[in-house]
Amino acid sequence: MTTATETPAAKRQPSQFVSRGFGRYADRLFSAFLVASGTIVLLVLAAMVLRTTIDAYPVFEYQGFWQFLFGTEWRAGFERNEFSGLYGAWPFIFGTLFTSAIAVSIALPLAIAVSLYINFYAPRRLRTAMSYSVEILAAVPSIIFGLWGLLWFVPNVLHPFTRWVAGTIGEVIPWLGGPVPNTNYFHASVVLGIMILPIVTAITREVMAATPPDEIQAGYGLGATKQEVLAKVVLPRSFGGIVGGTMLGLGRALGETIAVLMLIGSSQKVGDRLFANGDTLAAHIAATFQDASPETLTALLGIGVVLFIVTMIVNVIARLIVWRFARSASAGDAL
Amino acid sequence: MTSSGTLNPTSAGEQRPDRTLTQKSDNSRRREFKDHVTRWGLLAAMILAMVPLVLIVALVISEGAAVWSWEFFTTREFPPAREGGGYAAGFVGTGIIMLMAIAMSVPVGLAAAVYLVDYGKGWFATIIRFFTDVMTGIPSVFIGLAVYAILVLGTGQVISFGGFTAAVAIGIIMLPIIVRSSEEVLKTVSQDLRRGSFALGARKWQTTTRVVLPAAAPGLTTSVMLAIARGTGETAPLILTAFGNINIVWAFFNVAIGAVPLQVYNGARQPFDPGIERAWGGALALLVIVLVFTVVARYIGARATKAHRI
Repeated sequence: MTTATETPAAKRQPSQFVSRGFGRYADRLFSAFLVASGTIVLLVLAAMVLRTTIDAYPVFEYQGFWQFLFGTEWRAGFERNEFSGLYGAWPFIFGTLFTSAIAVSIALPLAIAVSLYINFYAPRRLRTAMSYSVEILAAVPSIIFGLWGLLWFVPNVLHPFTRWVAGTIGEVIPWLGGPVPNTNYFHASVVLGIMILPIVTAITREVMAATPPDEIQAGYGLGATKQEVLAKVVLPRSFGGIVGGTMLGLGRALGETIAVLMLIGSSQKVGDRLFANGDTLAAHIAATFQDASPETLTALLGIGVVLFIVTMIVNVIARLIVWRFARSASAGDAL
Repeated sequence: MTSSGTLNPTSAGEQRPDRTLTQKSDNSRRREFKDHVTRWGLLAAMILAMVPLVLIVALVISEGAAVWSWEFFTTREFPPAREGGGYAAGFVGTGIIMLMAIAMSVPVGLAAAVYLVDYGKGWFATIIRFFTDVMTGIPSVFIGLAVYAILVLGTGQVISFGGFTAAVAIGIIMLPIIVRSSEEVLKTVSQDLRRGSFALGARKWQTTTRVVLPAAAPGLTTSVMLAIARGTGETAPLILTAFGNINIVWAFFNVAIGAVPLQVYNGARQPFDPGIERAWGGALALLVIVLVFTVVARYIGARATKAHRI
């Protein structure tokens, strides 16, 4: 608070508005602490990415990066200081993409329907309770979905169904036929879909609830039926949020470990049928980590790097879509 | 939704016979039908979606409650084929891991959120915000793997599997959740409060610690509790960092430590009934912890928003 207009007298007897001692530096210290905390977030991320990449580098060097990505043979070796196995991670990449795609295509239509129902059809009284329970279900740990899927849902519901499908439709279409093991791509995908359903719904519901009421009322004013209002006002308005929620769900599905690990069957082969054993990137890391040899450990770190890259690509695409849509939506406002 | 009185806007070139307001237009039957189909279709989808989710909760509660007893919380787990015993090792382990994870991630997370809202200007804040978003999307198993690579491989096993390593992994998972949701909370604190504080001659750090943070306290509690709920249920990173232990471990460092999710996972994938029953009990414990934290967090958050409106 010192200014240039101070008189010499004031200098001899310092103003009581000028703090001395610690108070003078408190602001700078506090702000430095905050900057440091923000920087820690960046440092942690950088450390994680760099360290895993550096540690995984030998396996990329040994196999070649593209060979590591698209090789279809994964044979773990047991050496301490050199590589002796074959490392092609394509079976796991395929499993990750395949299960996530099925899971999202199960969860997305249901999520949209549930959010529409909660926001526009459910009795007003139940609305809050319903949206609360969606959020609570979104917080249920994946291990519980895995446990339920493995011990109850698959043996009692899903397995009889898939066996029936394989026995009837599978006779005609080989892709749906063949023996149906207890754990396979489809079983993992369905449980994964049930798991991400509340996560996607929580976001789509919130976005739809934010549709401007004037536009909805304007729709009714033009004589639209409720279905027309939903299809032509609410859905286009919330498209960006739906994409964002889907991508969040997809991200969770891609990285989900435990629920998938319990239900996919850990086979290091690209499955040629829907009901075949498979494996995903995340599940393979968790499944083999505890008894991996040093050589395999490096390969697992390689899988981790690939998993990171895959989820990053999804994240960035999601962000771009949401960003683009947000721009065009605001342009629509201006018109 | 009676559409008997609705007018159909017709496009300019189209010719339609005149009709009175009470006459139905020719396509109203089809539109009404579509409306009805949508209504009942959405209800059916809602039920279809709710059934499995309700089943999960119901089954975990009914199966788990049968196992819960005093013994379940106070004794360590017996071999899978033997009746009795409990998840005491898991509860102690989860408690230790979560305490350390909270101690690591909450101060840093809150400080980073304050930085983003009140201090950060320009490109550096944008970068932090972007990469925090990126971090929320990282699979938890990758975080476990990376923490293993940094702490265990990176130090040449000076730090080994155990509570601390696991806490770092869980803390890193909780950190971006805390930062992003606390940022949203801090944004809602009225600028007038800050200006009033400055007008009274408070320094910026005084304004932050004595005005902004107390005003946002309930919302911040909500965001921290939601992060804790998320962290408690994480299993995959623990496989790679805590390693699991069926004995009760009180050590913080370098002793493989148990955790409830790990015990549930191990119990579920072995063939003996007693172990499987205990897994349901553990799942119920996790569910209760997560539900209590989520519900209480939402309650605090909802009360805070109500208080703000008045």
